[in-house]
Amino acid sequence: MTQSPTLSRRSTSSTTPLPRKPRQRGADTRAGYTFLLPWLLGFIALTVGPMISSLYLSFTNYNLFEPPKWIGLDNYTTLFQDERFLQSVGVTLSYVVFGTPLKLAAALAIAMLLNSKRRGQGFYRSAFYAPSLIGASVSIAIVWKAIFGDSGPVDQGLSFFGINLGGWVGNPDMTMPMMILLTVWQFGAPMVIFLAGLKQIPGELYEAASMDGAGPVRKFFNITWPMLSPVIFFNLLMETIHAFQIFASAYIISNGEGGPADSTLFYTLYLYLRGFSDFRMGYASAMAWLLVIVVGIITLIFFRTSKSWVHYSGDSK
Amino acid sequence: MTTIATPTQSAPDAKAPDYNPKSDSVVAKRVRSTIFHIVALALVAVVLYPALWMMASSFKPNSEIGGSNTSLWSANFSFDNFVTAMDGIGGVSTMQFFTNSLILAIGAVVGTILSASVSAYAFARINFPGRNIFFGMMIATLLLPFHVVIIPQYIIFQQMGLVDTYVPLLLGKFLAADAFFVFLMVQFMRNLPAELDEAARIDGAGHVRIFSSIMLPLMKPALISTSIFSFIWSWNDFLGPLLYLNTPEKYPLPLALRLFVDQTQSSDYGAMIAMSMLALLPVLVFFLIFQRYIVEGVSTQGLKG
Repeated sequence: MTQSPTLSRRSTSSTTPLPRKPRQRGADTRAGYTFLLPWLLGFIALTVGPMISSLYLSFTNYNLFEPPKWIGLDNYTTLFQDERFLQSVGVTLSYVVFGTPLKLAAALAIAMLLNSKRRGQGFYRSAFYAPSLIGASVSIAIVWKAIFGDSGPVDQGLSFFGINLGGWVGNPDMTMPMMILLTVWQFGAPMVIFLAGLKQIPGELYEAASMDGAGPVRKFFNITWPMLSPVIFFNLLMETIHAFQIFASAYIISNGEGGPADSTLFYTLYLYLRGFSDFRMGYASAMAWLLVIVVGIITLIFFRTSKSWVHYSGDSK
Repeated sequence: MTTIATPTQSAPDAKAPDYNPKSDSVVAKRVRSTIFHIVALALVAVVLYPALWMMASSFKPNSEIGGSNTSLWSANFSFDNFVTAMDGIGGVSTMQFFTNSLILAIGAVVGTILSASVSAYAFARINFPGRNIFFGMMIATLLLPFHVVIIPQYIIFQQMGLVDTYVPLLLGKFLAADAFFVFLMVQFMRNLPAELDEAARIDGAGHVRIFSSIMLPLMKPALISTSIFSFIWSWNDFLGPLLYLNTPEKYPLPLALRLFVDQTQSSDYGAMIAMSMLALLPVLVFFLIFQRYIVEGVSTQGLKG
């Protein structure tokens, strides 16, 4: 179980092909595009084409039955006066801002706990990972709703300790903590990635630090954090982007409405309701493009700021 | 699954008064190891509680789920909930929903394996103009929120009369639309020695030969991870079927579950939980069989669960 990964993260040489004769090159070009055809077709027909047309639709009024009507920037300006839209932005942001760091902190803490040569590693790793595999499913959303229901097991358990929160599912103040707990519960996937990263840190570094009298806190900040920073960056980027896209759990827990009091009206849920229940496809397209822009900006910020805190072992020279 | 040593008993004996530093550190080690296992097991119990609650509740009569009854155990365990759950909903049996889910999942696996492996070969092993640009674009689609394409895709499929068929759900799989799998296979193939292709080329083999008789057999681990994950993702997918399928006869399990929730609305809690449990069963069985592949796949490729 503790075998080193079969595929090294630092994939070394890509196949650097030898210089070829012109005839061979032409053949390679033909072969290249032939092999690439499935992806290329999908890329054009299912990604680029739809992206362009949804950009166009975002400037129109379109309900699927009448031809789209050009309205310029109206959808975008209306969005910022739409209280439910602003609510969905707030809901999604608080989910991303609180849920993702908590999830990653749990993942890192437990990865560090498990990073030893003790027995039972494989078992613990699998047990903690399991929720990641099923967490986004409809089944778990149903279970989550039940265990956090008014007088459900969680409520009962807390009131045993004298904590009465007034329910979770039906209480607009508590639905967000409940959704955040659902994402934190799925800490297993980033944890497994952290574990793989921790295993790559040479033990000598810690031994040398111990000899110099460094305690666990200094070791964490001076060795673990910088050595692990590429993995932390990867997890942070992926988890953030995924958190923006939560849908199924929110849909099931709120019966597809985002309630109570729009407290679970996530961005994608509102987009779905506008596009596919109200058939306001232009409006929903504007929402989709705003999401792309925001996620794009966040990705860019992450990459820009990463230079100051992400250290790649290769480029120390 | 794995036996966990609890060396509490021997610990006091080892603390002999002769202050042998070696035995002292052995004691410390054992104590630390015991504490580790206690903490880890407690965490496992908390993390697995929702799953255990689901399993226990699916066997309990309605009156014992929720309410003041928090214990997992019940004297009245029975299969009644599963019997009700198997009846299905909206005049469609649960077996039908299972079959639908299975058709979609197998379609997704076959499509992804075929299209992703071929495309990955082009990215990893053939040198042609434009390759790096397209590779960059492929990586970019990994980060793209797919919501930006669902509306136009829906409009196109609607105009082609393909709504309420499986075509919109499977077409993308046959066109390598899940870029993650292409990326995974590219990474895998790049780590295979270049001499393999060179030797085969000298022997006169073309790309088709090299791909089918050299690369594919060597790519088995990547193909297995891809199969497992594309199966599970398809099995759990909710948004796709929600958008495209209208008739209950065609519903896969997640949609059937939603229908069940809508129509029974807590009147038959037990059956609802039992059906949730049934819907997850194949994923759990997959996980138990392929845990090593799944967890290794995640740790090496950063695959999402």
